[in-house]
Amino acid sequence: MKFSLSWLKDHLETDASVTAISARLNAIGLEVEGIENPADRLAGFRIAKVLTAAPHPNADKLRVLTVDAGTGEAVQVVCGAPNARAGMIGVLGLAGAVVPGGGFELRKSAIRGIESNGMMCSVRELGLGEEHDGILELPGDAPVGAAFADYQGSDPVFDVAITPNRPDCMGVYGIARDLAAAGLGTFKPLVIDHRAGSFPCPLPIRTDDPEGCPAFFGRVIKGVTNGPSPQWLQDRLISAGQRPISALVDITNYVMLAYGRPAHAYDLAAVSGAMFARRAHLGETCVALNGKEYALTSAMTVIADEVQVHDIAGIMGGEHSGCSETTTEVLLEVAYFDPTRIGNTGRALNLASDARQRFERGVDPAFLDTGLALLTDLILNICGGEPSEIVRAGTPPALPRLIKYDPALAETLGGVAIPAAKQRETLAALGFASDAGWTVTVPTWRPDIDAAPDLVEEVVRIHGLDNIASVALPRSEGVARPTATPEQKQERRLRRAAAALGLNEAITWSFLSEKEADAGGGGTWVLQNPISEDMKVMRPSLLPGLLSAVRRNLDRGASSVRLFEIGQRYLADGEHPTLVLVLAGDKAARQWHSGEAQPFDAFDAKAMCLHLLREAGAPVDNLMVMGDADSVYHPGQSATLRLGPKSKLASFGMVHPATLKEFDISGPVAIAGIHIDAIPTKKAADFARPPYSPPALQAVKRDFAFVVDAALPAGDLIRAIRGCDKANIVAVRLFDRFEMPDGKLSLAVEVTMQPAEQSYDEGALRAMAERVTAASAKLGAMLRG
Amino acid sequence: MDYAATRDEALARIAGTHDLGALESLRVEFLGKAGSISGLLKTLGAMSAENRQTVGPHIHALRESVSTALSARKTALETAAMNAQLARETLDLSLPAPEGLRGTIHPVSQVMDELAEIFADLGFAVATGPEIEDDWHNFTALNMPENHPARAMHDTFYFPDQTAADGKAMLLRTHTSPVQIRAMIANGAPIRIIAPGRVYRSDSDATHTPMFHQVEGLVIDRNIHLGHLKWTLETFLKAFFERDDIVLRLRPSYFPFTEPSVEVDVGFALVSGRRILGGSGDAGGHGWMELLGSGMINRKVIAAGGLDPDAWQGFAFGVGVDRLAMLKYGMDDLRAFFDGDVRWLQHYGFSPLDVPTLSAGVGVRP
Repeated sequence: MKFSLSWLKDHLETDASVTAISARLNAIGLEVEGIENPADRLAGFRIAKVLTAAPHPNADKLRVLTVDAGTGEAVQVVCGAPNARAGMIGVLGLAGAVVPGGGFELRKSAIRGIESNGMMCSVRELGLGEEHDGILELPGDAPVGAAFADYQGSDPVFDVAITPNRPDCMGVYGIARDLAAAGLGTFKPLVIDHRAGSFPCPLPIRTDDPEGCPAFFGRVIKGVTNGPSPQWLQDRLISAGQRPISALVDITNYVMLAYGRPAHAYDLAAVSGAMFARRAHLGETCVALNGKEYALTSAMTVIADEVQVHDIAGIMGGEHSGCSETTTEVLLEVAYFDPTRIGNTGRALNLASDARQRFERGVDPAFLDTGLALLTDLILNICGGEPSEIVRAGTPPALPRLIKYDPALAETLGGVAIPAAKQRETLAALGFASDAGWTVTVPTWRPDIDAAPDLVEEVVRIHGLDNIASVALPRSEGVARPTATPEQKQERRLRRAAAALGLNEAITWSFLSEKEADAGGGGTWVLQNPISEDMKVMRPSLLPGLLSAVRRNLDRGASSVRLFEIGQRYLADGEHPTLVLVLAGDKAARQWHSGEAQPFDAFDAKAMCLHLLREAGAPVDNLMVMGDADSVYHPGQSATLRLGPKSKLASFGMVHPATLKEFDISGPVAIAGIHIDAIPTKKAADFARPPYSPPALQAVKRDFAFVVDAALPAGDLIRAIRGCDKANIVAVRLFDRFEMPDGKLSLAVEVTMQPAEQSYDEGALRAMAERVTAASAKLGAMLRG
Repeated sequence: MDYAATRDEALARIAGTHDLGALESLRVEFLGKAGSISGLLKTLGAMSAENRQTVGPHIHALRESVSTALSARKTALETAAMNAQLARETLDLSLPAPEGLRGTIHPVSQVMDELAEIFADLGFAVATGPEIEDDWHNFTALNMPENHPARAMHDTFYFPDQTAADGKAMLLRTHTSPVQIRAMIANGAPIRIIAPGRVYRSDSDATHTPMFHQVEGLVIDRNIHLGHLKWTLETFLKAFFERDDIVLRLRPSYFPFTEPSVEVDVGFALVSGRRILGGSGDAGGHGWMELLGSGMINRKVIAAGGLDPDAWQGFAFGVGVDRLAMLKYGMDDLRAFFDGDVRWLQHYGFSPLDVPTLSAGVGVRP
């Protein structure tokens, strides 16, 4: 919402400075986003008198002027304006000045061979309006040589952000009321000249859609002359960032911007028969004033005559019956439209307008007559004409809302004690009447107020939020209690454990392209309105996002990329917290002592995966290495870690070359993924650990070498040995593995046995060795001879 | 026999040995079972007592001298041998050692941990909720009924193919505020929580990303008012930025879920182009920047959470986590947060050992 200081002063008697007004606007919740002084843009423009005007020797339409700009010597400029003549006073832009209406900097130049040292400017070039038929002509008493900005007067423009709950401040009048309540001046009462109609309204006006349009007030003014609006009106609109069009159009815009009251003026010549509000018919269309055609539905309210739609009610008028310079009879519409329906229609048509913004937020339902009177008065003053009687179809919903208030709330909710009398005064200044028992009547222009806390906000914001003292929250006694949940602690631990392994934590987008989502198992959640096709599907896996990050890093020349992310996967059954790590490029760079660079392999991923699972509290010793990792993996170099066939905690391995190709990555990538929510939660335990003292007796180590079938997973052998004598065998380490000429494998393990009470004798050791060989034999593993 | 000459000759020969093998041969020659000095010792047994008294000390002295010399020579030779070996083993220690790895914690995670630590001290727990929400939790329960103009301002991502079991439309949460509702329904009152997490808006330009992070704060109790909100925000920001000169400016604003609603600005100084928080925004060379949205929870929201708004009241606030991270640690490009550039992560990331604690200060200085 933009408005000039002088406009504000139409409604507010004040001597306050721009800074003071701005500070108070901010303090009461009308956020000042900017203050612009148009005078700043006119630097370098001076009032100048044309001394001579001669034809340009080389161009018919140009003239060569000498002008006096108070610089002490005549300035020669070439000018194309038809009205340029000796003796007139205008505005000269000197070299170096930036033309507000064009944004370009003036320079000395030669135009068709004649030197030009500046530019005599039109209204449009000065950014003061649309007029561009000739150069601006100032009155004869304008001081030659003075800065034009000073002559023009400084009228700073405020740009204020209005929150959606304050339709009353979508007009300068409402802003003035708020400022006056905040003590910044005196609110000027509205003086309305109610012009009586001199003839009956020549056409019927009615509302056939009382839901969408509860009230439609209108009248005709005949004999109007529509031309450019007067300068003061143009200035107002320009300060608000609007383009002046014609008096009739400008007047309706002015009433909207000044009072927050949208209205519409139809060229009566384009209207056939009655004018009424109704629902549109499905398939009906309307070409709006922006030149676009809109397809309407039966959910939308329109203003139509017997033949066609003239207005998308409350949003934008139709091109067909818009006022033009030939308009002589005008039909004024001041209506009340249902805010919800306006919003729905506007969204459905994707059509934004100043009128919609106000109707959608709720205009003052008691302002229809006032609005119509203001419009009529302005039109008669500016365009002349003769008004008809007013037709009032329907009734606006203007039930006054009553709220039971307790002034103590200012302190108990607002945190600041304000005397009741002061509160009553503030509310009154804002238009709220209150009786002795504190029943408060809400003014019709405040649709946002519907409960006592709203009134607290009113009195507290006007009183000043700065006056609220900080009050400490009550503290529980002693040291703060721990608050983190087991899941939160687990996630924090996993994150720091992963970083401690040398991985860098990344955060990648939650959304993927469809292609990436398909590579990650296919997405369920597809956005209706993605930012781009690359961000369309909620990720079913963290891997695609990380692989894309790997590619970007490799493309930037990284030789080693170690990333992990903790975040959600989005599946049909909900969100699943997940950790994925990726290892790409060199595991170790080439080194003087280790030679060639080494790539990552699946065991790097396995080691990290197991380490992280252990940190996350998973029962790592019970995990089984199984197959069935999904299709992003190399089928022969990947595995899952499970507690049972159905309980998959993690997967790891090398990425499938086809997947790498899709992500444009060359070179192997090792990855691991942990389904954090599949890790069984540990029971809350006491701090004390199980009792333990290191065994007094030394452990015994024995080596066994087995010949096994090549298909036997080594893990099965280790597990079998470890399980064959749990009382004694505390560790099994596979330390040697090689392929024998016949295709079988030789696996050598070191078995550690820990005696408890007494040392092993030969018999005990032999018995244990037999148990090891027997357990191994069940898997087909034979002791090597 | 000239014991002195024998001794001198033996000592000279010992001193003349240069390896341990030769020394051992000498030891055997002199002191071995059949050694020359051992032989002399054996003769003592056959001597007369008188003779033994005369000769014995000479022989013993000879044995002692030779034995001592052998031992000393052995030590010397061993030391020389070790020194020679050590000399051979000398390394060029200016050669580079294997590089250790330095993993990092993302700034967003680090800041979330910092927030959790600060607010835990104030009695706040951390709550979470789903990112794919239904429109009731994200909007309706927060006093944004269908058709509410504020809904349109949220630039919401929708999922047209899914509806909740009860027919609610599904969307990506536009703020962490739905966690308020979930916390009220799940735990009742009183409540003190913060709810950090990912949020989404269909907005993408130089300073906006369609995904970002927010933290929500919620306090519901019997007698909570705006003064408590102001104190909580001041206390939190002072602890977070580890500055006592943080100054807040509260401005009335509008959020459907709070009433009264308060926008919170924080004062900063412009120091060589960077905004450094601290001081009043009205002071010279200072300014205000918008940082937080907050307010007293709307009665309708408390009721939607299943609580009695006549019995309970409280405040809520929301702030961008990425924004807090940028202000504290000096990043200036939000998009880089989500790029996974290892160089950026190494520069702006944190050591896993930088676990925020109150005793050490929750922040990490470079």
